[in-house]
Amino acid sequence: MVLNIGPQHPSTHGVLRLKVRTDGEVVSEITPYLGYLHRCFEKHCENITYEQVIPYTDRCDYIASMNNNFGFVVAMEELMEIKVPERVEYIRVIMAELNRIASHLLALGTFGLDVGAFTPFLYMFRDRERILDMFEMVCGARLLYNYMWVGGLSHDIPSNFEQICSGFLDYFEPKILEYNELLRDNKIFVERTADVGVMPADVAVSYGVSGPNLRGSGVNWDVRRDESYSIYDRFEFEIPLGQGQVGSLGDCWDRYWVRISEISESIKIIRQALKGLPAGDIGQALPKKIRPPQGSIYRRTESPRGDLGYYIISDGKPKPFRLKMRSPAFASLSVLDEISRGWMISDVIAILGSLDIVLGEIDR
Amino acid sequence: MTIDLLMDNISGFLKVPALAFILAGLICGITLFLVIALNALIAVYAERKVSAFMQDRVGPMGQGVGLHAGKWGVLQTIADAIKLLSKEDTIPALADRKLFIIAPFVIFITAFLGLAAVPFNQHIQIIDINIGIFYILAVGSMGIVGLVMAGWASNNKWSLYGAMRSAAQIISYEIPAGLSIISAVMLAGTLNLQEIIHFQAGTIWGIFPNWIIFNNPFSFLAFFVFFISGIAETNRTPFDIPEAESELVAGFHTEYSGMRWAFFFLSEYANVLVVSALTVICFLGGWQSPFSGWLNSPAWGLFWFLSKVIILVFLMMWIRWTFPRLRVDQLMYVCWKVFIPLALLNIFGVGLWSLIAG
Amino acid sequence: MNPVEIKKLISAEFPDAIVENESLQEYQIELKPESWLEIAKYLRTEPKLSFDQLECITGVDLGEDQVLQSRYNFHSLKLRHKLEIIISLDRKKPKLASIEQIWRLGDWFEREIYDMYGIVFEGHRDLRRILLPEDWEGWPLRKNYETPETYHGIVVPKIKAESEWE
Repeated sequence: MVLNIGPQHPSTHGVLRLKVRTDGEVVSEITPYLGYLHRCFEKHCENITYEQVIPYTDRCDYIASMNNNFGFVVAMEELMEIKVPERVEYIRVIMAELNRIASHLLALGTFGLDVGAFTPFLYMFRDRERILDMFEMVCGARLLYNYMWVGGLSHDIPSNFEQICSGFLDYFEPKILEYNELLRDNKIFVERTADVGVMPADVAVSYGVSGPNLRGSGVNWDVRRDESYSIYDRFEFEIPLGQGQVGSLGDCWDRYWVRISEISESIKIIRQALKGLPAGDIGQALPKKIRPPQGSIYRRTESPRGDLGYYIISDGKPKPFRLKMRSPAFASLSVLDEISRGWMISDVIAILGSLDIVLGEIDR
Repeated sequence: MTIDLLMDNISGFLKVPALAFILAGLICGITLFLVIALNALIAVYAERKVSAFMQDRVGPMGQGVGLHAGKWGVLQTIADAIKLLSKEDTIPALADRKLFIIAPFVIFITAFLGLAAVPFNQHIQIIDINIGIFYILAVGSMGIVGLVMAGWASNNKWSLYGAMRSAAQIISYEIPAGLSIISAVMLAGTLNLQEIIHFQAGTIWGIFPNWIIFNNPFSFLAFFVFFISGIAETNRTPFDIPEAESELVAGFHTEYSGMRWAFFFLSEYANVLVVSALTVICFLGGWQSPFSGWLNSPAWGLFWFLSKVIILVFLMMWIRWTFPRLRVDQLMYVCWKVFIPLALLNIFGVGLWSLIAG
Repeated sequence: MNPVEIKKLISAEFPDAIVENESLQEYQIELKPESWLEIAKYLRTEPKLSFDQLECITGVDLGEDQVLQSRYNFHSLKLRHKLEIIISLDRKKPKLASIEQIWRLGDWFEREIYDMYGIVFEGHRDLRRILLPEDWEGWPLRKNYETPETYHGIVVPKIKAESEWE
């Protein structure tokens, strides 16, 4: 039977069409159809200046906009060899990690929703709202920030931000235990996700999967530690690796576990960054007009979904010659076919939820 | 019981027995329909409020009577009903018209018939059938026919999937439900619902009410097996695969809109009421007061019955909003490999206990 | 291994494949398109290189009358070194061997380059458009691309000219 999990569906995380060929309830092949959200990001960037590119990078992965900005800005600063002030670096790390927490909360909430648990979704969104309120305090926007500029930031943080941020962290840390009770340790959730959609490590690396999906399969790779950028090498944090504690290594439960553990690690990083935040002027290194030297660069950073890479070719003009965004969710979605063969349709929904894709990033 | 009483009274001044029968039947039928509608009204509102409070939000709210949804949102369900009534009646072009139209009524009729035998109180019961439990279980299992009709007639793969899963699920869970009720029947010695309730009068050791749930440990287990199988019978989470929202859009009632969909909804809550009522009658003493001897006039009987039913319905809602849903094969595994052995063990245990403990 | 050693290793194994290009950076190597498949297999299997992670494949159009390029970024998880391979193709008939069977990432990334630039990857098992509809005409990311007037009767909005963006 050929089934269509159509572009409009409560749990395809965006407009994605999956053509599923089944044998009764067991899946034999999945063909994804993309492009419903294609907005010609790459072609458009060839017609606008580098400063104007940044709001468009927000809109690709709209759930982790800070990390998208961060990736672009890190690549440009390496190309132009700009060194940004210390305060800027610390604030960038704080924002990126807060956005990582917000993105993981959304990913896990919707994963629970796909599996049928209605309540954790709302609890996680309640806490995500507090993070979005903090972002609104800083740059005026809740979801698409345009915050990190090449050489600095668009606004400095307000004076009460540090106090509100540490207040939030103190409130939020015990909530993770609550989520674990509702989802991670819940017997029904474990039955739905343990051993389901196992992704072996070599398959994951070959398909270009990265981030929590790759670490869920046991591969120890994190761009923040291994190809470090900004000031991540100053912070102490661990990289959670899937160990197959419940079920097999690389199943949906492991990917869930990696994400929820990463939230705790991000809290650690933010606390350390808040402690070490120096005073200073954030506008020192902002160039008047961005004209990078001729050349090309490919730089990747760690977004909540994996290795976000920007390939930028500059020909000395104020507009990019070629700008390609290598989106991690694109690679994650390509592995869906391989790991869902032999499972049932309910499992396909669970696997899709565990891969944490955002169609804005896939289609660009 | 009510229908006989009514018939006697009416034939008192109507002389034609057939007419008396029809009139009595009509009055009881309409009252029961109103009861079901009222139940749906209250249950939908309660479900939304309960789920909202569990999820740290407020649910439907309003400013005052006449404004928006009334104070605390009590008029919300009425607004929903009006909206559903005024919706366009769409039937998919390739759907099987006759089955499509009949399906919601079939499900509704079975829930309606089930409620006809439920005793709300010493005197209020539409029909006091001698084989009460058997009748309710039999009539309830006809609901699956309507469900499969709905899934088939929609001409939609998703609805068909939902209907097939539902058929497998409901038919499978009939078995542990029936087997665990047998424990209650064995102890009471009768299938008649009023008699079972009368059996549960009095106390154990002077303090606990003599309800079947407290009678012996095996019947305590039987209560849980029956209640969970009942949840599975009514297609509620964690057994709501047939209408799993995030997987099948809406399962077997995807193609239904407006008043037809409202009938499915009505029947679902009526089924919830029937299952809760049956659990209360067989295990929790029906309309018996928990303090034996006190507060057991007929008015109080109605009160006790309704409050016990409300507690069980609340429990069903609580479970719905807490747990994720089981996959189809896991559902079947739980039924066949866990509940049926447990239910069989129960029968054996209750019988043994009755033999030994007299 | 540093980039100079990697380049030496590859040119020792495949003497004629490397194209000398002064404008490239240290970690970039330009290759001729002919023996790409063998070189790719060598990059994967040679123990001193073991490039198991293909990070990204980018398509580039260098200008209106110039070549199309396909750029591959490699990384080795085992040995932690990087490499970038650039292959230039003739604009009129851009054909290149597909490496999707060696690194499965190539499957979708090559489809995207085919979709945007029209580079045909020979040996790809399912080369069709991925982001645009199947019946779209033209290769959008090429510099000389002109948007069609209509698509199935829908008017295609024009991309604003450069001067209008200042």
